[in-house]
Amino acid sequence: MKPFAYDRATDADGAVATVTADPDAMFVAGGTNLVDHLKLGLVTPEHLVDVSRLPLDQVTEREGGGLRIGATVRNADLAAHPLVRQLYPVLSHALLAGASGQLRNVATTGGNLLQRTRCAYFQDVTAACNKRDPGSGCAALSGWTRYHAILGTSSDCLAAHPSDMAVAMVALDAEVVVLGPDGERRVALEHFHRLPGDRPDLETVLEHGELITAVEIPPLAMARRSAYRKVRDRASYAFALVSVAAALDVQDGVVRDVRLALGGVGTRPWRARVAEEALVGGPATEAAFAEAARAELAAASPTDDNAFKIPMTRSTVVAVLSGLAGEETR
Amino acid sequence: MANTPISVTVDQVTYEDDVEPRTLLVQYLREQLGKTGTLIGCDTTNCGACTVHLDGQSVKSCTMFAVQADGHDVTTIEGLAQDGDLHPMQQAFHEKHALQCGFCTPGMIMQSIALLQENPNPTEQEVREGLEGNLCRCTGYQNIVAAVQAAAGAGSAAGTQSEEGAA
Repeated sequence: MKPFAYDRATDADGAVATVTADPDAMFVAGGTNLVDHLKLGLVTPEHLVDVSRLPLDQVTEREGGGLRIGATVRNADLAAHPLVRQLYPVLSHALLAGASGQLRNVATTGGNLLQRTRCAYFQDVTAACNKRDPGSGCAALSGWTRYHAILGTSSDCLAAHPSDMAVAMVALDAEVVVLGPDGERRVALEHFHRLPGDRPDLETVLEHGELITAVEIPPLAMARRSAYRKVRDRASYAFALVSVAAALDVQDGVVRDVRLALGGVGTRPWRARVAEEALVGGPATEAAFAEAARAELAAASPTDDNAFKIPMTRSTVVAVLSGLAGEETR
Repeated sequence: MANTPISVTVDQVTYEDDVEPRTLLVQYLREQLGKTGTLIGCDTTNCGACTVHLDGQSVKSCTMFAVQADGHDVTTIEGLAQDGDLHPMQQAFHEKHALQCGFCTPGMIMQSIALLQENPNPTEQEVREGLEGNLCRCTGYQNIVAAVQAAAGAGSAAGTQSEEGAA
C-alpha cells in the first residue's frame, strides 16, 4: 500500500477545510471499503482525514417527525435502533441483509452511501475501466456481467451500485446533508448518485472536500409496514442480484400510496418511479404489481449474462408487494 | 510519511507505539506485538480469519488501520484463556472438533463469542447467519455450528467472560 499522511479530525468544519485545500486528500470513516481499495491500488490518496470520531454518531427524532441519522452511525447500530425498527423496518432489514456482522460494526451511514461498485473489472487495476481510469474503456462490455446493472447503464459503464441500505433509504425519500466549505446543503438521495453517462468516474454530486454529515428521513406512516427482499446467489454474505425495498398503503383493495426501490439492477440505488405511478389508484393485485414492474423494466438494457434479472426483478417486486398487501388486509 | 503515536490496549496490556498510518491493525498485532494467533486469510475483508474484538465488538483487523484503534481496547484469540483455562468457546471448539486445518479458527471463535453476546441462545440458522462473515474451507461448518450451540448451552458465560471487564 502506498504511504499516506493521516490526521484525525476533531471538528467537521476543520475536516472539510483540510480536504478541500488538498486535492490528494480523502476522508476515511469506517474504512470497510476504502482500506481494501488502498490495498488494491484503486485509489492513491496522499492524505487521509479520519472523520470516524466526529460527533455525528447519533440517531435523533426530527421536529415534526422522521429521523436524522448522523453520518458516523454504524450500520449495526442503525439496524438495531428501536426507532428504525419501529418506523422504518425496511431500513433495518436492508442493513442486516448487507455485509457481515464484523463489517456492520464498523461501516458508517455516510460511508455506506459512498461505497463503490463491486464490478470485478473496476477492482482489477489491469482491466479497462472508465470509472477507475476515465477513457480506458469498459472491460465489462465484453466480459462477465451476471452482477451488473440493467437500468441506468451507458455505453461506458454497466457497474451496479452495491448498497442495500441506500435502496431502502431512496425508497423512503431520504435527504443527504452535506457540509462544504461554504456551509451546508441538502440533496435528495434520489439525485445524490449520478448516472454513469460518459463520465462513470463521477459517481455522486459531491464536490471534492464536501462531507456527508447526516441522512434525514421524513415521516412516512405506511413505512411501519415495509419490507426489503434480497435475492442472491447464496443465502447470505453476497451482493444482490436483485433487491426490492417497498412500503405499501392499500385500502379496500386499492393502492393509495407506494414506495418502491430496486437494488442490484441499477447503476445507482434505483427509485422505481414509473412503477409507483402505475400502481397508485389501481388494484392491489399480483397482476397489477407485475404490470407495474414491467413498466419500470421497459427501459432496461440487459446483457446476455444478466437478462435473467428482468423476470427476477418482476417476480421479486410481486412477492414483496403481495406480502405487504396481505399484511394490510389481515 | 511521519509515524503516528498510538496507545492501544491489547489483551489487557496497554502498548504505546509509533506506527506508519498504512499499518493494518492485524499487521500491528502480528508483526509489532508478536500476537500471531490472529491470522491473515484473504487480506481483503472476505474471510474473517483476522476477526478480533474492538471494545467488545467483532471487527476484521485486516480492514482497519492500527491508527484507528488508537485509544481502544482490543481482544484477540490470545487473550481469551485465563490462567491456563480455555475460554468456554475454545473448549467447545475443542470438544466438538470444530476445525480441521485450523486457519479460520481464531476468527471463527472470536465471531462466535460476539454472536453469543448479542444472542445468547441462537438457533442453528441464527448461528449460521451470525457466522456469515467467516469462511471455512474444511469443515462444512457442521461442527462449528455444533460448537457454538454447545457453548451457548453451557451458559451465557461463554459470551461474556473476559469481555466485560476489558471494555
